[in-house]
Amino acid sequence: MQKRAIVSVVGKDQVGIIAKVTNVLADNQVNILDISQTILQDFFTMMMLVDVSDLSDLDMLQNNFKSVETSLGLKISIQLEDVFQAMHRV
Amino acid sequence: MAIAFTEIQETIRMVQMESLDIRTVTMGISLRDCADSDFQKMKQRVYDKITSYAAELKPVAEQVEKEYGVPIINKRIAVSPVAEILGNATRQEAIELARTLDKAAVDLGVDFIGGFSALVHKGIAKGDQVLLDALPEALSVTERVCSSISVATTKTGINMDAVKQMGQIIKQTAENTKDRNGIGCAKLVIFCNPVEDNPFMAGAFHGAGEGEVVLSVGVSGPGVVLNALKRYPDADLGQVSDIIKKTAFKITRAGELLGREVADRLNVPFGIMDLSLAPTNALNDSVAEILEEIGLERVGTHGTIAALALMNDAVKKGGAMASSYVGGLSGAFIPVSEDNGMIRGIEDNALSLSKLEAMTCVCSVGLDMIALTGDVTPETLSAIIADESAIGMINKKTTAVRVIPVIGKNEGDTVEFGGLLGRAPVMGVNPYSSNKLINRGGRIPAPLQALIN
Repeated sequence: MQKRAIVSVVGKDQVGIIAKVTNVLADNQVNILDISQTILQDFFTMMMLVDVSDLSDLDMLQNNFKSVETSLGLKISIQLEDVFQAMHRV
Repeated sequence: MAIAFTEIQETIRMVQMESLDIRTVTMGISLRDCADSDFQKMKQRVYDKITSYAAELKPVAEQVEKEYGVPIINKRIAVSPVAEILGNATRQEAIELARTLDKAAVDLGVDFIGGFSALVHKGIAKGDQVLLDALPEALSVTERVCSSISVATTKTGINMDAVKQMGQIIKQTAENTKDRNGIGCAKLVIFCNPVEDNPFMAGAFHGAGEGEVVLSVGVSGPGVVLNALKRYPDADLGQVSDIIKKTAFKITRAGELLGREVADRLNVPFGIMDLSLAPTNALNDSVAEILEEIGLERVGTHGTIAALALMNDAVKKGGAMASSYVGGLSGAFIPVSEDNGMIRGIEDNALSLSKLEAMTCVCSVGLDMIALTGDVTPETLSAIIADESAIGMINKKTTAVRVIPVIGKNEGDTVEFGGLLGRAPVMGVNPYSSNKLINRGGRIPAPLQALIN
């Protein structure tokens, strides 16, 4: 069964956010299923649905995001999709 | 169906800004097969059993927490009431066993281990008495061991002989730990109608009707409810109830998902989900502030009980639909020292001990984490327990007393307990005596409510 996770990225809008975040995903062989993104009062917010079926360790992916987080001043988190399903769907 | 952008944002906001968390995953472990007439053997069996069943509890909970992005704050263990296996052990051996439990908790990295308990709501058996005698010292020489004593139930009435002893035990524990503001008393709860599957401390124990091992979850989130209400300042009370219900539903669903995942990975059956709004001293993570948001200038003023009743009921309704097995205490906790809003209510003279007592009629537990003046007598402490027990017995609900007489402190002083236990303004008690009531002894008979067969 496909295991999916949500990657959320929040921070000040600037050049290269999507490029750098998706690079990390590509390096880890993680396929992106869906992206939505908006800018709210200069704040960049992006949610990506990604396929993590082949990824045994989510923690490692989170750690790989650290350098992007610090260099661009972003907050990136990765969470399994089930928690959103549980909270918002009966 | 795909999850909407705004829904993802809502979940992330709840966790990152509104202190949504899984307050505790608590593993219940039966110790009944550890009983042995040779105390040394029993002690070793208790230690081995706890440390083998719970070996992976902390690492697995931490792994699940990371993968789902929802914090699991505490990992805890509840064991069978220890009095049941004490048998012919001596007081010293009972204290030794408390140290063993403490060591197991330290070695496993869990915050608390509950179940240094006795059920004496009708009578006190030999093992129970040994445990009671050992309590003041056991609580002062251990750090993570929690104790609960059941002194009353709706079915049996109130065992006033036990109530009398508990007043003395609380006072002695306070004396024993006076250099630490009576912290020993923060780990001791006296119950009426205790529940067997409560995952919250200090009252957790693994009841007689439970299986070999079980994992229960306690979820919290006063901050989430408070922020949800803040978005609808003009809603009428029906809508307020609805907002709390919906929020409670979402919190519970997240909790159940994570709880089941932890249980699955540990290969342990999932027990129950306890949705209790339990405050912490974090900013806005306060039950009192929810009541104030509903429409009170300060918690403790007239209307407090109505607001609390509404909130407690709405939390239950939301939680009941969200989880297949709701249990424990599910409702709202009103610990004073852990709730900045309650502390402010007392400091501003809006909230009194009597009002707190009245509030326990409609919320999930009882008088909780209240600092009392150091000169309070054992009889007065017993009388406070008797009052709370009567409320629980007649209303067929759980009530509890966890009060901390702080030796050397007077009304108006503030004491720091540190960490999750917070700080509390010291409250005075009624100066008139209840000695005669307490010294009469005996049992208060079970009320008419018990005769339902």
